[in-house]
This record gives sequence, C-alpha cells and structure tokens, in this order.
Amino acid sequence: MGRFIARRLLIAIPTLIAISFVMYAILALAPIDPLAQFALDPRVPPEVRENVKRSLGLDQPWPIRYVKWLTSVAQGNFGISFMTHAPVADLIWQRLPNTLAVVGIAYVIGLFIALPAGIISAIRRNSIVDHVISSFAYIGFSVPTFFTGILLIIIFSIKLGWFTFLYDSRLQVRDFETLVAQIKQSIMPITVLALFDAAVLTRYVRASMLENLPLDYVRTAHAKGLGERFVVLGHVLRNSLIPVVTLVALGVPAVFGGAIVTEQIFHVPGIGELLVTSIGTGDTPVVAAVVLLFAVLVVAFNLIADILYAVLDPRIKYA
Amino acid sequence: MTAAAEPNVASAAALGAALHRPARSLWRDAWYTFTRDRLAVTGLVVLAVMVLGALFGPYLWNQPTSTIDFTKALQGPSFTHPFGTDDLGRDLLARVLFGGRVSLAVGITAVVLAMTLGTAVGALAGYFGRLDNPLMRLTDLFLSLPVLPVLLVLVYLFREALQRALGSQIGIFVMIVGVIGILNWMPVARLVRASFLSLKQREFVEAARCVGAPDGRIIFRHILPNALSPVLVAATIGVGGAIIAESTLSFLGLGFPTDTPTLGRLLFDAVNYLDFAPHWAIFPGLAIFLIVLAINFIGDGLRDALDPRRKI
Amino acid sequence: MLVAAACGQATPAPTPTGGAGASATTAPAARGQGGELKIIYWQAPTILNPHQAGGTKDNDASRLIVEPLASWGPDGKPVAILAAEVPTLANGGVSKDLTTVTWKLKTGVKWSDGSAFTADDVAFMFTYRCNADTAATTASACKSTASVTAKDPNTVVVTYKQPNANFYEWGVGTQDSIIQKAQFNDCVGAKAKDCPANLKPIGTGPYKLVEFKPGDVVSYAMNDNFRDPSKPFFKTVTIKGGGDAEGAARAVCQTGEADYGWNLQIPLAVLQPMLSAAASKCQFPSSYNALERITVNFANPDPALGEKRSEPDTKHPFLSDLNVRRALAMSANRAAVAEQLYGKPGGEAYCNVIVFPRSKNTDSLDVCKYDVAAAEKVLQDNGWVKGTDGVRAKDGVKLVINYQTSTNAARQKTQEILKADWEKIGFKVNITNSSATTFFTNTAPDGYAKFYADLEEFASSQDPDPTSFLEQYICEEANAKANNWNKNNIGRYCDPAFDAIIKSLKAETDQAKRDQLAIQANDYLVKNVAVISLVNRTAPTPNGFSKGLKGVKQSPFDSSLWDVMDWTK
Repeated sequence: MGRFIARRLLIAIPTLIAISFVMYAILALAPIDPLAQFALDPRVPPEVRENVKRSLGLDQPWPIRYVKWLTSVAQGNFGISFMTHAPVADLIWQRLPNTLAVVGIAYVIGLFIALPAGIISAIRRNSIVDHVISSFAYIGFSVPTFFTGILLIIIFSIKLGWFTFLYDSRLQVRDFETLVAQIKQSIMPITVLALFDAAVLTRYVRASMLENLPLDYVRTAHAKGLGERFVVLGHVLRNSLIPVVTLVALGVPAVFGGAIVTEQIFHVPGIGELLVTSIGTGDTPVVAAVVLLFAVLVVAFNLIADILYAVLDPRIKYA
Repeated sequence: MTAAAEPNVASAAALGAALHRPARSLWRDAWYTFTRDRLAVTGLVVLAVMVLGALFGPYLWNQPTSTIDFTKALQGPSFTHPFGTDDLGRDLLARVLFGGRVSLAVGITAVVLAMTLGTAVGALAGYFGRLDNPLMRLTDLFLSLPVLPVLLVLVYLFREALQRALGSQIGIFVMIVGVIGILNWMPVARLVRASFLSLKQREFVEAARCVGAPDGRIIFRHILPNALSPVLVAATIGVGGAIIAESTLSFLGLGFPTDTPTLGRLLFDAVNYLDFAPHWAIFPGLAIFLIVLAINFIGDGLRDALDPRRKI
Repeated sequence: MLVAAACGQATPAPTPTGGAGASATTAPAARGQGGELKIIYWQAPTILNPHQAGGTKDNDASRLIVEPLASWGPDGKPVAILAAEVPTLANGGVSKDLTTVTWKLKTGVKWSDGSAFTADDVAFMFTYRCNADTAATTASACKSTASVTAKDPNTVVVTYKQPNANFYEWGVGTQDSIIQKAQFNDCVGAKAKDCPANLKPIGTGPYKLVEFKPGDVVSYAMNDNFRDPSKPFFKTVTIKGGGDAEGAARAVCQTGEADYGWNLQIPLAVLQPMLSAAASKCQFPSSYNALERITVNFANPDPALGEKRSEPDTKHPFLSDLNVRRALAMSANRAAVAEQLYGKPGGEAYCNVIVFPRSKNTDSLDVCKYDVAAAEKVLQDNGWVKGTDGVRAKDGVKLVINYQTSTNAARQKTQEILKADWEKIGFKVNITNSSATTFFTNTAPDGYAKFYADLEEFASSQDPDPTSFLEQYICEEANAKANNWNKNNIGRYCDPAFDAIIKSLKAETDQAKRDQLAIQANDYLVKNVAVISLVNRTAPTPNGFSKGLKGVKQSPFDSSLWDVMDWTK
C-alpha cells in the first residue's frame, strides 16, 4: 500500500502539469478580452485598450505566458489578478470561508439526510415510505437550483420577510446574536444545495444497499439467526457504504469549487462566483489558480477514494 | 487452490440446470421480470405518452409557437390556451409540446452518450490493470477542467463546422449532445471502474476465466451486468440534469437559438415571473419532473430485470 | 483624440455655485445624520483606482472617494467639484486660441488623511496616467494634451497640443478623478499594476474607505475632512456586488435590502409588477442617452470568402441595396420594443442616430414609421420576389439574414419581435446570441467587431458633443483585419457624401452651425438606413432607488454616483 501511494503521488505531478497545460491552452484559445467592458466606451479608445493589454503581458504568445506562469507557481506565487491587481492567493483565501460555510455545510447536511433516507428506502423497498422518499429525491434533482432559489426568495424574503437574500461576507460569528444572523442569511442557499445533494446521494445510497441486500453473506447472516436490525446495520450497511464513502470523497472537490448558480442568486461571494466572473472578464491568473487548486483537490481525493476502497474492501488489491 | 476445484462444480451445476429447462435468453428473462414490475410499466407508459405527445402533439394542437401578440401576454390557463401564455403572448401548450420534443431528444441522447463513454472507460480501466492509471488520470483531467471556457472553446471550434456539415438544426443538436456527453462521463467511469475492480476478484469471474472465457466475454457477460446498477442510477439522475444543462447552454448563448423552445429554457425564462405568472414555470417544470420520474421508474425496473442474481 | 467642442461652449456656462447640485437638496441636511446607505451593484467593483478601472462599476465605486475638478451635469455642462469655478471663454479661464485652460481650485480642501489638496496633485495625475507603462484606462486625453502644470498651489494650467474645441477634455468627469500624489508617487509606470494603493486610495470625496473585498463588497465611512461641512448625509455606505440585475431589482423594489440598485436593465414585464405593486419600494429616475440600434453589415460576411470575410472592400449581396434596408427599417416595430420591453424606466422608441442635438426632421420619414405593408411593397416593387419557400430573392440572391447580439433577455426578445415582422414580408431570419464578454471581444469570431453576420444589435452612450459618435460612420474608421477589428465603424459603412459632412463639422467652431451640421449628418444616416435605431435607452444605466431616497440627480454623462454627497433620506 505504501508503495502504491508513493507511486500515485509521483504520477500526480505530471498529471497536474498536463491538466494545467490543457487548461491554459483553453483559456488562451477562448476569445475573451479583459477589456471587453470598455468595448463601446468612447472614452476608452482601442489604442488605450491595446496598451493596457500589453501591460498585462497579453501581447506575448500563450506558450511563453504558460511557462512563465508555471515557473512562478512552482515558487508558490500565483500572480496578480488582471482585474483587482491584488495577489490571486488573497482573493482565493477571501472567498474560501464563504464557500465552505454555505456549500460545505449544505453537503454535510445533504449527507446526513441521504444516509438514513437511502437506507430506509432500500430496506422498506416498494413500501409507501420508499415511494415518498424516492419522490422527494426525484423532485430534488429534476428541479434546478435556479428555480428553488428564486422560489425560496419569493416566499421567505419577499412575501414573509423572514430572511435577507443578500449574503453579507463581513459578518463574523462572535456571539449568539451574530450566529442567528449568520443562520438567517445562509439558511436559504444551504437549503437549496442540501436538498439537491440529499436527493442525489439518497439514490446512490439506496442503490448501493439494494446491491448488497440479496447477497450470500446476508443470507448466511439471516440463516445464523441474527436479527434483521443487526444484519442490516452490522453487515449490509458496512459493505454498501464502501462505494458511498468513495462517492462522498469524490464529491469533496466540488464543494471547494463552489456552487455557481446558488452563489449568484444569493450573492454569496464564494469560489464559484469568483471563477465565473473571472472567466467572464478574462482574468486568466485567477482562473488558472482556481482551476489548479481544483485539479489538486480532484487528484488528491481520487487518490483518497482509491485508498479508502482498498482499506474498506479487502477484495480489492492494488498491484 | 480451492478456487480451481469450484468452477467445475459450478459449470456442472449450470449444465445440469440448462438440460432441465428450455433455453431462455438474458433479455427474455429481463423483459419477463420487467413487465411484472408495476412501477416500471407505469413509467414506460408515461414516457411513451410523453414521447408520443412530443412527436405528434404539435400536429394535434396546431397553435403556432412563435406568433407574438402583446394583448395576450402572461394570461393564465384558459380554454384557448390551456397552459396560458408567456410575456410575448405566445401559446405555452404549443411551446411545451415542441420543447418536450427537443428536450427529450437532447436529454436521452446525451445521457446515453455519457453512459457509453463512461462505461467504456471505466470497464477498460477496471479490468485491464495496465490501462487503469492512464485512463484514470485522463478522467482526473476532464474532472478538473473548468466547464465554461471548455464550452466556449468547443463551440468556437465546432459550431460552424458542424452546422455546415450537418445542417443548422442537426448540427446544433449534435454539438449540444456532444458537449453534454463529453462533460458528464467521468463520474460514471469512476463508478464502473470501482465495480469492476471489486467484481473481477469474485469467484464467478475467476470461474469464467478458468474455463477459458475470453476477456470480451467476461466483461460483457459476467461483470458488466453486475456493474450496471450504479450506471443506471447515474443515467436516470442524468437525464434531468441534461435537460437543465441544455437550458444553461442556451443562456450562455451556446445552445439552440432562443426562438427554439426547450423545456429547460422555458423554465429558465419563466423563473423571474414566478411571483405573478406561475403557470409559465409550472407546466414545463412538471413536464421535466414527469420525464425524470418515468425514466427513474424504468431504470429501477431495468436494474432489477438485468440483475443476474434476481433471475428465476 | 477627436477635436470636439463641448455643449457648454456656445451658451455661456452658468456661473458655478458651490458644490454639485447644491440647490437640489430641499431639506437642510446635516452631516452624518443618516445611517447606512446600501447600494447594490450586480457587477462587483474590483479596484478603486479609476485610472486602472476594469469597468463602470470600478469608476463608480471609486467616485465616492476620489473626485474630478468638475463633473458632467445632467444637461451636459460641467459642474465645478474641486474647481472653484468652471473655466470658460467668457471668464477668461479658456484662452482665446483654445490651447490653454486655467483651472482655479477651491481653497482649503483636504485629503481624507488631513493633508492639503494642492495643484501639485492635479499635475501629478497627468504624469501618472500619461506614462504609457502605467497603462491607465483613462489615458485617452493624453494624446491631445501637451502639459498640465501647477502655476501656484491653487491654479492648474492645462495646455493642449493644438487648439482644442473640446477644451474640457482634460479635467471633467469621473475618468479625470484626482488621486493623491503622496500616495501614488511610487506607483507610476510599470509599478502601477500591483500598487497596493489601487485598493485603498485616499481621496477628497465625501467618503473614505473602511474595507474593500475585491469582487464582493466595499464599505465606506464619512470623510470628516470633506470640504462641505453639511455633507454627506449618510454616515456609512456599503456597495454590495454580485448576482444579477433581477436579484438587484428585487433587493431594491421588493425586500428593500438596498437603497440603490445599479443598472437594473431587465424586461419591463418583470420590472413593471415590482414598480406598480402597492408594496413597491423603488422608483426609477430616467434620462435617456444610450442608443440601442441594429448595425447593418455593408461588407459581405459569407464564410466562403475566407480571409476576405466581412472586409470593408467586399460588398454585401443584398444589404447594399437601399430598398432592402428600407424595408427592414420600415417593418421594425420600434414602439413595441420600447413599450413592451423597456418602458419608461428603460427607454423610448427612437429613430435618430444622435441624441444631442435631437433632429425633428426624421419624424416624417417613412423609414421611421412602422408599416409592414409598405415595407413589403418596397421589396415587391424593386424586384425581390417571393419563392416557393416564402423567402424573397432577386437574381439568385435570397434574403436570408443572420442577426446576432449579446445574451440579454430584452435583446433576445427584441430579436424575436423583429424576426416575426421581417419573416412576414419575405425575409428568412436566423437569430443567435453570445455572452456579453465574448460578444464585445474584438477578436471573437462571433463578436460584434468581426461582424460575421448580417445584422447585429448593441447599445452605446454618447458624449455631450455628437462628433465622435457620428465619426463611427466614416470610411476610414471601417473595421478590418488590418486594424485588428479595433476601429469604430462596425458596419463598414462608407459614403463620401457623408464623410464630407463630418469633415465640415470637425472644421466648424460656431456652435449653432455645428448643431446644424450634426443634424444634417444624422438625417443623412437615417434616410440611407446606415443603421436602424431602435430605442434611446436610459443613461448612464437604468438605476433604481428606494422611494425614501431624496436629492438624486442622475446625469447621463457622468458616473451614477457623481452626486452621492447630496443624497438624503
């Protein structure tokens, strides 16, 4: 196992370089001009725009820009944003807590809903409970988040006036009062995301349970005279959680990637929002850094998922 | 090695069973199980009705989808307009019927493409140890690429070429399906690979290998049916996602032209009118939900029917 | 830059009174009486140095902190801000030969850090932004300016290279905001880019910075050293960024979470219920000066031409025919677009090209009247015959139009409205859209500048003087591969007769005659359908503000927040 991990870590470096190269090429090929905002402004004539682009280094061919970028990243410097002229790392650090406070918590809540719901749904298969849970799940992933988001705003912000929908990133939780304020401002985006996550995860948990229920070892356990509860919790659950655990691990990078639509609707200044606006304004240094961060997480959590697999499931061997 | 002794017993038992029963194919068995499943059959009927409605509905309800009439804007459901009208006074029933046609085609084709790609990559990676690393690193690559710029680049590279080669409508369709498929196969590949890794160590696979079954046969006949369950779950979840994804593409200006209604796009356009014209969002939303529901029921039924352990 | 005269030249500029819009506030307001002013910008500010701005949002957010010598008022005339008075020919501030402008500064003005504001700071702004390596986005005035010098601590002399009829080119408007010399002295040239001061400038404006999270939120506190002791009314200001225009409109009109929302350009059908509801919390002041128009491609966008595609020396197969263009203009339902999609908060139907001065001659023109039957007759009478597929053709050329624009709900609906009428009279119209960022990228294949389509729609605002706007229709401005699609004549329109009008306009110095020539040029473009105007939209942007907010005077020529010190509640 030790050798396996070491080898995978070594392979990770060229993988990441390859990813960053492809990503940089795509960014360079995509026709987005950081000064498109000024395209029709008579006060910012084309020659001024060209001069600004030159000062950003955009007149150089992109392979050269890529090599420069890669060398400075290797030294731990992610560069300066085209738009804010601030260090890219600062921008990411500023956004990360907001994303984790909303998308991360939603993921955890979704998981806590999905596990029991999926298990019950599988054990009581084809019962009323199963149908109710499944129907909620179908609604969950057939209704897009842009729809649920606006619906919640209309009901709870506009009609009832309970919650605000402009997320204030300056709020720091210090005491009970600020905690309540934080809950009030994040409850709607968290609900939207948690419902979606829960819906998808429930289906996977249920499927995974169903996969294991009719297996021989379950029959053996029943034959030994073990109680239903013990068989399900002690045997089936353990085995059916193996794919679920890896699924959950593989979903973690997405948490850091943020939730683009929900962040936008509720004005949560998260990573997803940063990525989308930066792509829109052609802010290559920011996009490149966020994507690289995301790639590192994807590679890392794929490795973790594989390790978990091998640890949890004795049948799998990595040569 | 105990494993070496067992295959003979197993194949002998299978042989014995085969002698005593008339031959039944996997598919006929599956169909038999499937038709016993009430929900699955209901799903099939609902989906069939929706497909027929999308195909022939526009001929039966021949209101135009694009005639603008501001005097009729944002009317609720009535006899002349059963689903109401949108902000430009266009009949929503006609638009939902037409939109259903496009969305069903996009949703199902894109998911089939994603599943096929994902299953192929996952199966190869999981079964052949040599291919595992390169294929999974490729999956990592696709998982980490930022979707938006990738979309922009893909569209710029291929939109005009495809439209010229296949005609304006089909060209865009192929492009959208391709884009959604290419961006969604990775989770399936991971799932299938995981199942393959686990299944290929099982006794029945070793048994098959011992009796000299070729790799292709082991993959398709022995492992794949057992690994299908997560694929079907992913597929049934994916259809709804693909229908919505199409609307996101339109929003970015990368999908169908805005005068081509699709279910996702209708829902997307309607969302800002939710407070005072909810009918606009409800019908396309309901249509998407019914499609997802029906496909999930069918998927569940199929999973059971194709599960080798559930035979007899 | 262009030689252009400002509106203020002919009519003597009004004797400037104290601060901007001082007379607008009715109730005597005391400094810091109000609580927090909450502003929402769906495009978040990313930098607070206006000279490094990446968009209007940045200019606006910096405007609370740094100020120019004078602002462009609602009538297109300068209003003194840091200047004691606006220099004019009459008061001798502008030299007779139109080469030097002498600005007298207000005395006793202090930066928010307590130090004195002097003419040195003003002169420094020239050094700063006219250094090519600084790469300031506000550098356009540098081309025509020879020097800006401090004559004494309260006097600045601007010298132009040539007589400049547009003698307010230097010094007026948000683009010319004065930054502090002490703070930016080490930030000139290549060092300007990653200068920390860009994110926390010190200014003379009504507010100073408290906290700035780029791309998210800016919080300001009252500047205790602000020159007017009775202003500003609000103690603190927050600009929250992000989201979309619909969300911002909801925050201002429905939940009241914000007092002011920037650029709420959303379809009227969505906005109207928010405005007319009993519980509505918002209103829209409107001043129109942004022309939403359809640019006609006079070059040939056929992909078969390869490199020559849409080059100015090619000829469009059917849009070069005046009759076809006339038919398009006559069947464009401007009124429906304006009334159904924009409404009063958004704009008015418009057929002219320039907004100031406004031509009355075009009202009677047939190309400005919506008449589908007449439009069809024009095509029929001129040999464009309907084929079996309903599409008209002549000599094998079919009237098939590709009509592109940027992604925006109102624009897509405009496309559908126009398409419906055009298809009635025998055109076949394909509509496409691409996201605003790519559409406005000059090198994007489906961008506005390359114009690989037949028609395209977008809007832009105009200066108080129409010359620069009219110049985008002269031959030499034609966009082409050779100039990297970086010119302003997007439609590749070229007509020597029109060029001659512009030539005489640029040579003319008498304001009345200039207005006449501008109107003549405008009428020429409208008659020849060089462009199909649709809507004269709200400028600078359709902003919504809460009903309780008072003293807001929007100027179509300056920042939306130019008069924020006068706002009260």
